[in-house]
Amino acid sequence: MNVHEYQAKEILARYGVPVAGGGVATSAEEARRIAEKIGGPVVVKAQIHAGGRGKGGGIKLAQTVAEAEAHARAIVGMTLVSPQTGPKGRLVRKVYVTAASEIAHEYYLGLLVDRAKSRLTIMASAEGGVEIEKVAAETPEKIIRADISPSAGYSPYVGRRIGRGIGLGPDQVKQFVALLSACVRCFTEMDCSLVEINPLILTPDGKLFALDAKVNFDDNALFRHPDVKEMRDIHEEDPLEVEASKSDLNYIKLDDGQVGCMVNGAGLAMSTMDIIQLAGGKPANFLDVGGGASKETVSNAFHILMRDEDVKAVLVNIFGGIVRCDRVAEGIIAAAKEVHIDVPLVVRLQGTNAREARQLLEASGLKLTVAETLDEAARKVVAAVGGAA
Amino acid sequence: MSILVDAATRVVVQGMTGGEGSFHTKQMIEAGTRVVAGVTPGKGGTKHEGIPVFDTVAEAVKATGANASAIFVPQAFAADAILESVDAGVPLVVAITEGIPVLDMLRVKNAIGESGRTRLIGPNCPGIITPGRCKIGIMPASIFTPGTVGVLSRSGTLTYEAVDQLTKIGLGQSTAIGIGGDPIIGSPFTSLLPLYEADVQTEALVLIGEIGGTAEEEAAGWIQSNMSKPVVAFIAGATAPPGRRMGHAGAIISGGKGTAGEKKAALRAAGIAVVDSPAEIGITVARLLGRA
Repeated sequence: MNVHEYQAKEILARYGVPVAGGGVATSAEEARRIAEKIGGPVVVKAQIHAGGRGKGGGIKLAQTVAEAEAHARAIVGMTLVSPQTGPKGRLVRKVYVTAASEIAHEYYLGLLVDRAKSRLTIMASAEGGVEIEKVAAETPEKIIRADISPSAGYSPYVGRRIGRGIGLGPDQVKQFVALLSACVRCFTEMDCSLVEINPLILTPDGKLFALDAKVNFDDNALFRHPDVKEMRDIHEEDPLEVEASKSDLNYIKLDDGQVGCMVNGAGLAMSTMDIIQLAGGKPANFLDVGGGASKETVSNAFHILMRDEDVKAVLVNIFGGIVRCDRVAEGIIAAAKEVHIDVPLVVRLQGTNAREARQLLEASGLKLTVAETLDEAARKVVAAVGGAA
Repeated sequence: MSILVDAATRVVVQGMTGGEGSFHTKQMIEAGTRVVAGVTPGKGGTKHEGIPVFDTVAEAVKATGANASAIFVPQAFAADAILESVDAGVPLVVAITEGIPVLDMLRVKNAIGESGRTRLIGPNCPGIITPGRCKIGIMPASIFTPGTVGVLSRSGTLTYEAVDQLTKIGLGQSTAIGIGGDPIIGSPFTSLLPLYEADVQTEALVLIGEIGGTAEEEAAGWIQSNMSKPVVAFIAGATAPPGRRMGHAGAIISGGKGTAGEKKAALRAAGIAVVDSPAEIGITVARLLGRA
């Protein structure tokens, strides 16, 4: 789960990470009041769940309170297009108003889980303010890493080693050790999947603090962090995806697709998208209805697919294992009678009792095409949307 | 021969008295598995489906000689359940549970490394099956048939699809393992490939990967230097958009890394037969074995 920059900074500040003071505003008037309180130059920053905000005009420096108010007026309500939002952009609903700071140097600090090593990994670099992927690709020697073992835990020497490695002086290393310790505690106590401070800045008077921050949380651990769950901003998500998540469906909308798909299991769902593309079509979504594919989940899934205007045909691909195909077919027939399906429907059921299932589907009187193999299903659904592109 | 599980495997089911645990215990027994014990804290001394229930894994192991454990415990308690089996010295633990927090899994992996006695399959996986002899997990046993093709996969239903293709074409399976769809799992491909290479029953291997991480690239490296048996690979997620989790917690392209394209290229470079279509897994194995 992602949160906004202002939320990430609130969380990090709670653990003792130094951040610039500021506040969040949903209107120009509110932004003005925050700027007045701060006094002096401020930065007005659009709050969306995507990076590269400055490039799209979502981050502005204001010397005066009036200027801050004017920037906020322009940014709140704008559709911000950044390199990470895609061409459609995102509607900005909030801005973060924060004290402007003078910068002597920008560093990078990131904490994440290294999958291959099964360790919490810390990465830091003297090249801050740019994407770490870029640094990793072009100058990997500039990234200093350390792995934290669950049994030994974090120890201050790790901070000293990394601090020296990115070229900090003795005073700054002390600050860095405390800051890193706070980040590690935040990561482990809050079940984060990413804590990133980019840039971590050094001011001309020698202070380190987080100028921008990103914190992501492990979805699997949200059950033990109700406070984090409350920070979810559904405006940042696709409305159909929000709807699907309420019915416990795993749904992801894809751009420019025409073939809606409904599949049981994540791997088979991805493969179904892939084979639609191989047949010359474009999948409109990923949708995993779970292992069992009951009548209720199938019905909910049809509702979601029918609300997507891009969907010109639907492919249902269910592998019936322990839940037999004939039972799944009954569920599909019942759900299809309930939901008005106004596009061609291709159904492929494979696995236990697949033949009985096909007979049930064919005898149902529903307007649908039955397919036996994966290939055949993909070809038929692509033909239904007007053939291979 | 087969790998890891056979007719002699004695299984303890952690969480046996719950809904999922109860249902799948019956299914496992029907598939030929010797389920010798269940563990549910507070229900020790009772019987469930005629199988003795114990309060702790240690007691169950002592009383029944269980040498494998199946975890059907809810996500919040699953890491604790795995750690209990590790502590009791159970050599094989199969964790079916989906949604275990990543940081819990870091602790579990570390404890397994320190103990040096336990192999973990999963979590978030369909389990392991040696058809006709032993199933620990939730796969539909009816689609499997004993034979000589090994199956190793990060997926569930996609594995069933591949197995179904193999069975229909007349190719049975030696042992099939779903290693799990999470970013942190007990046994990555490279830790299981040597077992298939060494197994005399296995003649060929199907490897099913997906986007995210580098497990397939590592597998490609191992296969190229060590594997003498033919391998057919499929990677799911060629059409997956970057930055989105595709159902499995581990199936995500992040920072431009972990794409299906990269993985296929690595596998092909290692001389492995990679199919672009999931419909061609079975037929390609048959061709490589000269039975098509």
